Amino acid sequence: MLYILQTALELGFLYAPVALALFLSYRILDIADLTTDGAFTLGAAVSVVVCAAGHPILAVPLAMLCTAAAGFVTALLQTKLGVPSILAGIITNTGLYTVNLMAMGWTSNASLIKQQTIFHMFRDLGVGGSWYEIILAGVITVAAALLLVAFLGTRLGLSIRATGDNRDMVRASSINPTFTITVGLCVANALTGLSGALVGQAQRSANVNIGTGMVVIGLACLIIGETVLGRGSMLRGALSVFAGSIIYRLIYAVALSSKVFPIEAMKLVTAIIVALAIAAPALKNWAAFEKRKAEARKGGR
Amino acid sequence: MLTIHAISKTFNPGTVNEKKALSGLSLHLEHGDFVTIVGSNGAGKSTLFNAIAGAFYVDEGSIFLAGEDITYKPEYRRSREMGRLFQDPMRGTAPHMTIEENLALAYLRASKNQHAFFSRTSKADRAFFREQLARLNMGLEDRMKQPVGLLSGGQRQALTLLMATLVPPKVLLLDEHTAALDPATAEKVLKLTEEIVKENHITTLMVTHNMYQALKLGNRTLMMNDGAIVLDVQGEERAGMTVDDLLAQFRSRAGKALDNDRILLSE
Repeated sequence: MLYILQTALELGFLYAPVALALFLSYRILDIADLTTDGAFTLGAAVSVVVCAAGHPILAVPLAMLCTAAAGFVTALLQTKLGVPSILAGIITNTGLYTVNLMAMGWTSNASLIKQQTIFHMFRDLGVGGSWYEIILAGVITVAAALLLVAFLGTRLGLSIRATGDNRDMVRASSINPTFTITVGLCVANALTGLSGALVGQAQRSANVNIGTGMVVIGLACLIIGETVLGRGSMLRGALSVFAGSIIYRLIYAVALSSKVFPIEAMKLVTAIIVALAIAAPALKNWAAFEKRKAEARKGGR
Repeated sequence: MLTIHAISKTFNPGTVNEKKALSGLSLHLEHGDFVTIVGSNGAGKSTLFNAIAGAFYVDEGSIFLAGEDITYKPEYRRSREMGRLFQDPMRGTAPHMTIEENLALAYLRASKNQHAFFSRTSKADRAFFREQLARLNMGLEDRMKQPVGLLSGGQRQALTLLMATLVPPKVLLLDEHTAALDPATAEKVLKLTEEIVKENHITTLMVTHNMYQALKLGNRTLMMNDGAIVLDVQGEERAGMTVDDLLAQFRSRAGKALDNDRILLSE
């Protein structure tokens, strides 16, 4: 049981930045950013390769920089070049497949054998005993979340939030939506890249399919968190991302160890959770309308 | 303050839906002018506003604001010096952000340093917002941490007005900004508009469907038809005018009666 909890906490923290990225792009900017899958892989690939070259700490910001650049491409396509936003993400994502192979030296996977990772370096400090991975992942991702919340309270952050909330108003308030969308997507993808970089070093490997389905998993975490903690301020949003991410990994870990359903089914279960959660308002409306129709038929005439 | 020189705009050129929305329209406003605009359906009133605000670029002609040629300046840059209110009170505010955050956004325009991206709302800003909200007399100053989505249409429009004028703009564009409000709220917002405009000597253009209002408010009245200004009255001529005179003038200039399905002839 403790083992399950530990696994859930660790993976929950490690993958939380992806949900945080979707909180920014999907919830705040109102853009479904499908760059996420490829950006996650890119983050892991860059992180592992740079770590293998002997720079585990440098690997993390470098990975974030690369994924921010991927976000920039998606933003450029949709703001300046008139590509519909979902398609822009898909195009970048497709291109990233090749870029990711290239980053790993034209192979489909890269691994660390004896090289130091940031997790080893932290363990050697002697903090936290067997919890060291959880503590390091937690500290880094919570710090990233707090930075994001602080950022969303600045002038630029407010402008980004307004861009997703009311486009008409934004133009009338001297904010350039092209600029705010670009900054928003760069920051969101940098967060996805952070997650990829941490996961890569924690697993000591990256492969070209590591990010597959990440956008849906991130959305599932976001939605689970919002169901538990509700929506409201930016701080609450960030908290719910962590809650959702840990709960999702708890479900995952339980499924893995108890064989309630085979672990291969996890992606299908995730997809169903996300589809149902996003469809919930429409389903509710439909149910209410059917009920009204039935009542009218009974009571009428 | 605002000079428009022979601007034209055609939508969907070369198709069956071609529509000449503005045809060689010229207009000059002095600093502090408060101009009311009336006209038939599709006369180009909103198109004129969109051209001034920069929602699209005009096909021909030029626009000058305080001596600066803004013809090819993008909308978001023009909005640093322009305030705009729409008929729909939902368009001017961000519903999921708090009143304070909305005001902070509007206040961005004031900042001397447009590139201070990471500055935050200060205590002094907050006190200023509070003071400004208090003048609306709607109790909004005590709800600054609430999302704007919880406010009524009238409250949102009053807030939008405050946001548009928080930093007095060079030109204020009011596109029937009270038409979607209930009569009592509409009157309140209108009174507030007059107050703020007068106090800051803001050059203002206001579209209205209320003929009585068109003559009573401001110092100048324009009538538009088919993308052009057909009547422009001010001074003594305007002071002596009645709604009937105005309609008669329109009929003789435009060669047809004013056909506006929402027109209001009385007070």
